[in-house]
Formats: sequence, C-alpha cells, structure tokens
Amino acid sequence: MNTIKYEPIIGLEIHAELLTITKMFCGCSADHSSLLEPNTLICPVCTGLPGAMPVLNKKAVEQSILVGLALNCTINEVNIFARKNYFYPDLPKGYQISQYDHPVASDGWLDILDENEGTRQRVRIRRAHLEEDTAKLMHKGNFALIDFNRAGVPLLEIVSEPDMHSVQAILSYANKIRAILRYLGVNSGDMEKGVLRFEANISVRPLGSQELNTRTEIKNLNSFRSLTQASSYEINRQIDLYNNGLDVNLETLGWDEVKGETYSQRGKEEAHDYRYFPEPDIPPILVDRSWVQTISSQLPELPDAKNKRFMEEYGLSLQEVRSLTYEKEFADFFEKVVTLSSSPTKMIYNWLTGEFTRQINERNIDIQKIPVTPENFAQLLDLFSSRVINDFTAKEILVEIFISNKNVRDIISEKGLLQISDENYLTDLINRILSENPDPVKQYLAGKESLFQWFMGQVSRETKGKSDPQVVRQLLQKILKNNN
Amino acid sequence: MVISPIDTATPSISTDTVRYIAYLIRLKILDEETKVFSQQFSQIIEYFQLLNEIDTREVPPANENCPMNNVFRDDQVLPSMSREEFLNNLPQHEGYYVKVPLIFDDR
Repeated sequence: MNTIKYEPIIGLEIHAELLTITKMFCGCSADHSSLLEPNTLICPVCTGLPGAMPVLNKKAVEQSILVGLALNCTINEVNIFARKNYFYPDLPKGYQISQYDHPVASDGWLDILDENEGTRQRVRIRRAHLEEDTAKLMHKGNFALIDFNRAGVPLLEIVSEPDMHSVQAILSYANKIRAILRYLGVNSGDMEKGVLRFEANISVRPLGSQELNTRTEIKNLNSFRSLTQASSYEINRQIDLYNNGLDVNLETLGWDEVKGETYSQRGKEEAHDYRYFPEPDIPPILVDRSWVQTISSQLPELPDAKNKRFMEEYGLSLQEVRSLTYEKEFADFFEKVVTLSSSPTKMIYNWLTGEFTRQINERNIDIQKIPVTPENFAQLLDLFSSRVINDFTAKEILVEIFISNKNVRDIISEKGLLQISDENYLTDLINRILSENPDPVKQYLAGKESLFQWFMGQVSRETKGKSDPQVVRQLLQKILKNNN
Repeated sequence: MVISPIDTATPSISTDTVRYIAYLIRLKILDEETKVFSQQFSQIIEYFQLLNEIDTREVPPANENCPMNNVFRDDQVLPSMSREEFLNNLPQHEGYYVKVPLIFDDR
C-alpha cells in the first residue's frame, strides 16, 4: 500500500497578558497572583455591575502598539472596541469587550528558524487585538466558584496566518513571540502563571497538494509542552482519519493533559454566535502618526537585531548567540560581564552557558533574578584566566557566589583557595609522591602511560585541588623523564 | 457587523429564531411564549425597517453615543470595592468565592 505523506497547516493564536499596573477598563490592580485571596481586586466595572462605565487604560493601548510595531504590523489609525456576546459565568456582563473589525494592528510578519532544517521562514501575522481577560472559574460539584481578580486584565491576542508546517515551527514561533514580548517589557513570560495561552488551528493535506482541508481548533493550551504535545497528537489523529478513509470534523477541541489526547468540546465553545457590535461605552481610539512615532522610539533592540550584533561584535555563531539572547536579562548579563572582564569572550560564553546555566537550572532560579552580580562573576573569570585559581576552585567559588554572592576575593582569602603554582613547592611534592609510589613509577616507565593521570590526581589530592594543573603537568613530565 | 440568523430582507422572526435567541442567552422559554415573542419581535424589526427608507450610503456607521474619541485613564491603581459588601449582595457565595450554577448545554 502506498502511504501518503501529509503536510500539517498550522495557525496560532497567542493570548498574552499585558504588564500594565491596572486592569484594562478600571483602576483595580492587574497583579492577580494566585497567592492573593480571591475577589480582592474587584470593582463595579470588572464584576460587571449594572451601570458601571469602563474607561480604557492608555498604557494597554500603547503596549499593544509597541507589540504591533515589533511584529512589523500596520498600526491602524482607527481602533474600535466591540462587544463579543456570550453567556458564561466567567464573563458577568454577558459580553467581552474586545476588538473586531478595527484591531490595533494588522498584516505583520515574524521570521522564525525551523529548528529541524535550520532554515529561515516567514510567518505572517494577521492581526493583534486587545480584549479583556475573564474571571477564573473552578468547578465544584454542580456549582462553579468564581474569582474576579483576573477579570478585566488586558490581553493582547496575536493571530498568525496558517503558515506553519511542523510542530518545531510552532515552537520556534511561540518562543520567539514570548522573547519579543519580554524584550518589550509588556509580558512577564512567566508560563506557570498563565500569562501566555495558545490556541492552535490545525489541518493536514497530502504533501504538494494545494487543497485546504477541514481544520480543528485546540483551545486553552497553557504551556509550550501542552502546545507541542497537543498539536503533534492532533496532526497524527487527522492523518489517521484520512488514512482510514474518514473525515475530519470542523470542531473545537480541548486537550487532556493526563490522557495525552484531544477531545471534542461542548457547551461554551460550541455554536459561535457572538453578535459583535460596536461597544457604545468606549469611544473610538484614533491613533495618529505622531503617537506611533513616540512609541516607536521606545522600541528596544529585539532578538534578531541582538543576534546579529552579538555575532559581529563577539565572533560567536548564530546558535551560540541564540542561547544568550533568548532571555533579555541573560543577554544583558553577558554583555556586562564582557565589559567588566578581561577574559576572552569565548571563555565568558562557555562559562555562562555551561556552569553558570547549570547553577541557574539546578537551583531553579528565575532568570530575571540572577543572584550573582556581573562584577563578581567577571572577577571570578579573571582570577581563573590569570591562573590565580584553578578550574576546580573556580567552579567551587561559582557555587559559593550563587549561594551568597560574597565577593570572590573574600571567599578565596577566607578559604585559602589560591592556586599553588610555586614550582619549588610542587617539585618537592612530586618527588615525595613518586618516591612513595615506586611501583606505579616502574609501570609508567615500562609504558603504562595512563598512570600519568593518576600521578596528576595524587598531586591534586595532596594540594586539596589547589595546584595549578598546567604547572604540575610540566613538572611531572620533566621529573618522570629524569627518573628514566 | 452583526452576525445573526435574522434575515433583514424579510423582517418576520420565526419561532425557531426566538428559540435560538433564548438559547444564546440561556433562557427557558415555553412554546406559547415563542409565538408571542415571534409576533412582537417581528413588529419591532418591521418598525425599524422604516430606517431603510433613508439613503445612508454616505453616512459612516455610528460607533459612539456622542462625538468623542481617545477617552483614556492613566495606569494608576484606584481602591477596589469591599469584598464583603460585594459577596453579601450576591444570591450565593462560598468562602470568598462567588457561587453560581454550572452551565450545561441544554439545547
């Protein structure tokens, strides 16, 4: 039997919570951490009390324009808010204030690298529009319990065209959007707090065909993991259906994380009839060119530009640079260390992406709160590269500064960690070790060269890891040769 | 901009349309009521057909109640309302949560 090769066609909607201080239409704090008691950030507007009047938060519009510019969109001169009507208890007004045919931004694009092929690919952005987040709902028996702290927090919905054709491409795209939002300072990027949520539109077709098959939409994907797993599951499910002569139904799906399956959703998500109409309580927003220019001047250096500059300035490869620039704070840290340190850039890169990153991961440290100062880390690297301390000690001190960020020089003097490179001292030590171990010496001289490392180890042990390995190696070679 | 199954060319609202509208807003409706509302809705829509006699091709759609734009507030925290007062005015609450019946698809 001929197996047909299929090509997935995927579009992504990303809901990003904006980092405003207050909610979109009222003065309640938007900082709805789960640590807060329920219903503490509420007012007549965000609980949908009759007669309450929403007033738009200017910052939310400005942050949205900033994102639109970063995603190469047209910023629309006329913004109109609309009521999206649906009946659900997370939305007490009976409608969500959103934007419909006059969004903040439209027709943009973003270039991504498909990790599999390493090729650059353009994903078109259809639109980005502002809307209010809903309340949090918890099911309990036949009832639902509602916390309105999240209700009314500004969300930016970024909608791509169906331009992605692999799970890798979606992941690259989602990661890049996250990085850009973080660079812009408009989203915390904190996935665990649900500040980025995804919806994937997926269809498949025989490779090379131009037809568009029925698509499904997977809702409420709250992590990169569920985004990739659900998409991959759904692509395979659709291919299986076609291979078995069946059809894909146009439907909205949920993702069951435990079972690892998509499932058909009923109720709220079915029968879309939102009866959009212009929101009478929010007058139109006119965005003139000078306003866009003012915001445009606040655009920071974005990941692509930073990658290019890092490659040119620091002589690193694209792959190396990307591991530095994914998180803005990490890229900033790297640059500070480069400025402060006299060590080679490549060495700084290796330490940062190696031991340093290992410490961050092992200690589960938030990249925005690196406990080590660039000054202290630069000093550590310089003491290592000028061979005041050895590799072993440097790693030990790195652990220490992750715990206390104590000054590196203080740690060295307190613990007596200075590297021993005094040749007289080390010559005496080596001679003593060799005379105490006549058998290994004999074996080594008889050709068992692997014992060299063992002698190195003995010296290191005697000096509690503080000996300069380069000096020891040279001395050991010389002395063993003379013993011959 | 309004998406609805209402065919504006023939203004009469069928009993099925009335049932559909009731479903969208999750209201229970009796068969007799659908007939009453069908008549009343049709009358309202027919009355508004009067507007079709005016040529509005050159008139932009009204997106506002009064001629204003760019009404903003600054991103500054204002005091929230009393949670106790809010909860005590609700039909039901549990702890500090608002308590409501679950929504089922009862069509």
